[in-house]
Amino acid sequence: MTTLTPKDKDAVRKFWTIAGGAREDIGREALNRLIAVYPQTKTYFAHWKDVSPTSPNVAKHGITIMNAVSDAVGIIDDLKGGLLNLSELHAFTLRVDPANFKLLAHCVMVVLAIRFPDDFTPEIHMAFDKFWLLWLWLCPRSTDKLAPEIICCSKAKNKTF
Amino acid sequence: MVVWSESERSIITSIFSSLDYDDIGPKALCRCLIVYPWTQRYFGGYGNLYNATAIKTNPLIAAHGIKVLHGLDRAVKNMDDIKATYAELSVLHSEKLHVDPDNFRLLADCLAIVIAAQMGTAFTSEIQAAFQKFVAVVVSALGRQYH
Repeated sequence: MTTLTPKDKDAVRKFWTIAGGAREDIGREALNRLIAVYPQTKTYFAHWKDVSPTSPNVAKHGITIMNAVSDAVGIIDDLKGGLLNLSELHAFTLRVDPANFKLLAHCVMVVLAIRFPDDFTPEIHMAFDKFWLLWLWLCPRSTDKLAPEIICCSKAKNKTF
Repeated sequence: MVVWSESERSIITSIFSSLDYDDIGPKALCRCLIVYPWTQRYFGGYGNLYNATAIKTNPLIAAHGIKVLHGLDRAVKNMDDIKATYAELSVLHSEKLHVDPDNFRLLADCLAIVIAAQMGTAFTSEIQAAFQKFVAVVVSALGRQYH
């Protein structure tokens, strides 16, 4: 599994001081792009009547996603433990095909490139790409309710299950 | 067979006619080599790729980036049969260069990001959708002759 070096973490944190303030706009735009560019992702939003760019549901969810990303940057030293609840939600309740997180990551990075063309350098892009790969942790493959590694994390945090 | 709307054809033609190949080509290839370092395995004879600065200032990499981007011109001119257009190139990448075809997708994604940075807000969702469809067809054609 990929790991973030101290240099990667610094790069992500530093870039986020520039980009983080626009996270709501980034989120809205990235989710709109995901749905427009990769229409198969609409299947996960069948419960919304409106998945157009002006849909308030799409806007709200885009904001939710990027706020979660922003929180993740804040806990970048413990992503595994910090993303536990989101991980279970996406894997066992929402059952999202992991390939879609890569598509979303790509759309977020297109938006970052548009908004911050000079700051979103190849080096920052690489650090962010590795950071997104860790989001693939959002979909553990175990058929057990909780994968062994998650159980270890839970035990470490004294959670009951 | 891939079906293109008039809008998609127009978008693709417009993107490529406004590209500065000497700028975008090197930027896209450099970004691919930096973001996905395993792709450097195909450039053993290209000199110093030791770090991001070395990659960005390497003239052989820059020249190859321009060459690759011009290679896409053939697809732009033959959008109705990209598969046949790239049959020979596909064989080359498989039999001689031994490139894992997944890397074509990585380079295509880097190209999308470099073009997005250059076009700014003009790179709308509609334009991105047409572009991603185009590069997906190119990537598929380049992987077609692998066996």
